[in-house]
Amino acid sequence: MQVAPSETSALHSYSAEVRQQLFEYVLQLADTSLILGHRLSEWCGHGPILEQDLAMANIGLDLLGETRSLYQYAAELEGQDRTEDDLAFLRLATEYRNPLLVEQPNGDFAATITRQFLFDNFHYHFLRQLVSSPDERLAAIAEKAVKEAAYHLKWSSEWVIRLGDGTAESRLRLDKALAGLWRYSGELTTPTALEKSLQAAGLIPDYAALLPAMTAHLAHVFGEATVPVPAGVFMMTGGKEGRHTEHLGYILAELQYMQRTYPGLKW
Amino acid sequence: MDKLTTNDQQLTATVWRLLEEVSDPEVPVLSILDLGIVRGVRVEGEQVTVSITPTYSGCPAMNTIATDIRLRLLAEGITQVTIHNQLSPAWTTDWMSQAGRAKLEAYGIAPPVDGTATGHVLNLFGKDTAVRCPLCKSEHTHLVSQFGSTACKAHYQCDACHEPFDYFKCHS
Repeated sequence: MQVAPSETSALHSYSAEVRQQLFEYVLQLADTSLILGHRLSEWCGHGPILEQDLAMANIGLDLLGETRSLYQYAAELEGQDRTEDDLAFLRLATEYRNPLLVEQPNGDFAATITRQFLFDNFHYHFLRQLVSSPDERLAAIAEKAVKEAAYHLKWSSEWVIRLGDGTAESRLRLDKALAGLWRYSGELTTPTALEKSLQAAGLIPDYAALLPAMTAHLAHVFGEATVPVPAGVFMMTGGKEGRHTEHLGYILAELQYMQRTYPGLKW
Repeated sequence: MDKLTTNDQQLTATVWRLLEEVSDPEVPVLSILDLGIVRGVRVEGEQVTVSITPTYSGCPAMNTIATDIRLRLLAEGITQVTIHNQLSPAWTTDWMSQAGRAKLEAYGIAPPVDGTATGHVLNLFGKDTAVRCPLCKSEHTHLVSQFGSTACKAHYQCDACHEPFDYFKCHS
């Protein structure tokens, strides 16, 4: 990428410890958008209808754009001459920090919609708060991303309603998808030790503060979809700490193939 | 702030004039200035820095635009060019010039309707932005999908002439 990103003067005022934490966290955000964007790209050419094939490709592209901005920032924070490509393509599965939800398989359209909705509901509300971060670069990235996330959330919300309150077939598929994916939704708002530290420092939003808005939107959408909100389900965690499901391995095998087979290849 | 030398001022003016000639790769009737992509030009002696901002996070045209800027300046002998990617303030369709909007419509793409952005996107199944058909000018059109041929465009269809068309999404 021949465009140099704007400097962030604040970079140099962070302590080494905070800088390292911020690096790991930005990597987490980048990994999340990368893996979900990659999953959406798997639909390209296979969508149930042309317009939705386009929609998923567009949403994936938005996410990959955010991913690039985030990896570039992470590389600067690390300050060890690794590039955005090194970070995206040359790490081991246990080094990725995306939550478990985004690596789950596409399944059918209902499963993809359910995964997307659960993510978008968090992502949109999270970005709305991240724009107020004292970290200029994160705030700038969030300022752009939140406008796109709003469109994503509208899209996935409307599809949950269409599928839930649709035909017997669509409802069956949505119920099945939710039964499989709901257990991964909690991880998004469950802070890790790293996140708690950055929240205490005021650099990233407090996830508990996002819950009222997220819960309200979820209740509204599920209500319109005539789908009951699941309760009493044990939430799976670990992705943000590098403990992934087997799915990530297959994703990375495909994602990293070119870079690993032809190291340093340029075209 | 140092006062620009006369040379610096002339070079700055030249650069702005040349940037006007760099067109958007996707919609060639528009210049990057019409779109509000160029946020600033800084000149220090022979070193020129152009700040551009992406429209959408994943806009694939940004690399092409950066290359086109370099080539245009290079053709005029301006070789020391740095291009900065300025993320903030975030790009908004408010920065699209009136001339740009008119050119878009003439090209067959409906220009953004101001004030219809994020406020309405969470209005689920709410009324879609009323957009005039760029071809037959009828107001009777409907949204097919919020996601059109590129990240910045939605897909509409006209109920009068039945032609599909792209709408440049309001982004503010």
